[in-house]
Amino acid sequence: MDEEVKREIILEHYQNPLHRHLPEKEGYDKVNTANQSCIDNLDIYVDIKEGIIKDITFTGEACAISISSTSIMIQNLIGKKIEEAIKYIDNFDNMINEKEYDSSLLKEANVYDNIYKQNSRKSCAFLPYRGIREILAKYQK
Amino acid sequence: MNREDFPMLNNDIIYLDNAATSLKPNSVINKMVDYYENYSANAHRGDYDISYKVDLEYENTRELVRGYINAKDTEEIVFTSGTTESLNMIASGFFANIIEPDDEILITTSEHASNVLPWFRLEKEYGCHVNYIPLDQNYHVTLDNVKKAITPKTKIIALAEVSNVIGDVRPIKEICKFAHENDIFVVVDGAQSLPHMKVDVQDLDCDFLAFSAHKMYGPTGLGVLYGKRELLENLEPINLGGGMNESFDNPDAIILKDLPTRLEAGTPNIASVIAFSESIKYIQKIGIDKINEKEQQLRKYLIEKLVRIPHIDIINLEADSGIVTFNVNNIFAQDVAYYLNKYNICVRAGNHCAKILKNATNVTNTIRVSLAFYNTESEIDTLVELLKDKDKIMKEMI
Repeated sequence: MDEEVKREIILEHYQNPLHRHLPEKEGYDKVNTANQSCIDNLDIYVDIKEGIIKDITFTGEACAISISSTSIMIQNLIGKKIEEAIKYIDNFDNMINEKEYDSSLLKEANVYDNIYKQNSRKSCAFLPYRGIREILAKYQK
Repeated sequence: MNREDFPMLNNDIIYLDNAATSLKPNSVINKMVDYYENYSANAHRGDYDISYKVDLEYENTRELVRGYINAKDTEEIVFTSGTTESLNMIASGFFANIIEPDDEILITTSEHASNVLPWFRLEKEYGCHVNYIPLDQNYHVTLDNVKKAITPKTKIIALAEVSNVIGDVRPIKEICKFAHENDIFVVVDGAQSLPHMKVDVQDLDCDFLAFSAHKMYGPTGLGVLYGKRELLENLEPINLGGGMNESFDNPDAIILKDLPTRLEAGTPNIASVIAFSESIKYIQKIGIDKINEKEQQLRKYLIEKLVRIPHIDIINLEADSGIVTFNVNNIFAQDVAYYLNKYNICVRAGNHCAKILKNATNVTNTIRVSLAFYNTESEIDTLVELLKDKDKIMKEMI
């Protein structure tokens, strides 16, 4: 992907992030995810029913990379079964940590394929994934 | 001014994070190297020449510190690991022994974590209460607001002399006078004041003062605890061990040394203490008033330029220090810091360890520029040029 296109996608998701609000009904699992080394701090809410991610919303303050990454993650995870979601997250984890991964699963999240070059921002891109992993682990039996 | 004294400035950076830590002049670095290369022995053990020299140099720094803050006696100067340790010693070593349930401790919401958490601990452990002196519309501390916050139960006022976020200089002398008339102790966090302005403990009449060497163009890992002698005599050592005891046979027969050694258990940070002498000499050579004047000039210069940029909100328009805190509209502070970093400009983004200040300012995170006398107008020009163009920031921050 062209660097300029990546920048545009990131900016678009930063300025107009998907689902940046509290859940509109009850029954969501909530997790706080924050980077100890910086000031990113997000609350993520997930609605899981019958093993499927029905909805995700989030609130909080964070940098452009964290916010856009959260928005893209939400876009990619809604509708996925728990096992599919975990596979997707593992792939994303591998990508930013320079391991082998399947880029076809990541869609727009491929915009972070060069983030490993900026060590301090890897944790920003991964921030929402850390939170959602915690929630999914509870459902994974 | 004096840029040639600071080797870090040869690294093609614009360093604007002086409230976090300052750069070190050659004389400080050389003094430390000299100790490690030529008389690297322990202190207080002087049975041979180089160890004796360590003792002399170590105590020489203590005397220089005493003179710098105009303490009455070198015994009132205790070396610690930094402001944080000093404040913890004051809270847990002194006040924990005399605080009573329902006593009140007054701080402000703009204090640094190290002047909040030790008091929170007392509240938890002893049932006293931490209350806040209200800030005025500029987030400053005024004597009037201190007077209003005091109650018959107030026992301690603990304040930074200069806030590390707002940069306001608090009227410590007036606060001490009023506090003492009401039998209240005053603890001063001098981390941000000592490097930039004259501090005279006898003139202020504060009971305790804590500060760090590394913010004073000195080495890391070293701080000072000043206390009035009669108070320090009752400060219980948190650390027990070598160097601070006179004799011990069993738990009931421990005799401790006199001040200040009693409060410096274990091998101290000898290299830093010795090198710190050169920081004080360096400040004295330039003159603290000149340092202060230059920093205020630079602040004024920066503020005049920043107020003209419509997308910048300055949090602390008024402050008599080198601290300027601001935000770029609708851009997260850390993204701005990343952007500036691409141009080798070092600024701080975040809450600056003052996590409860957000309740007063309604702003969680900010960008902080903290100036030192070795910064220049031209560095500020570069910063301002980069901040002027919001589209450029948006484009380059990721």
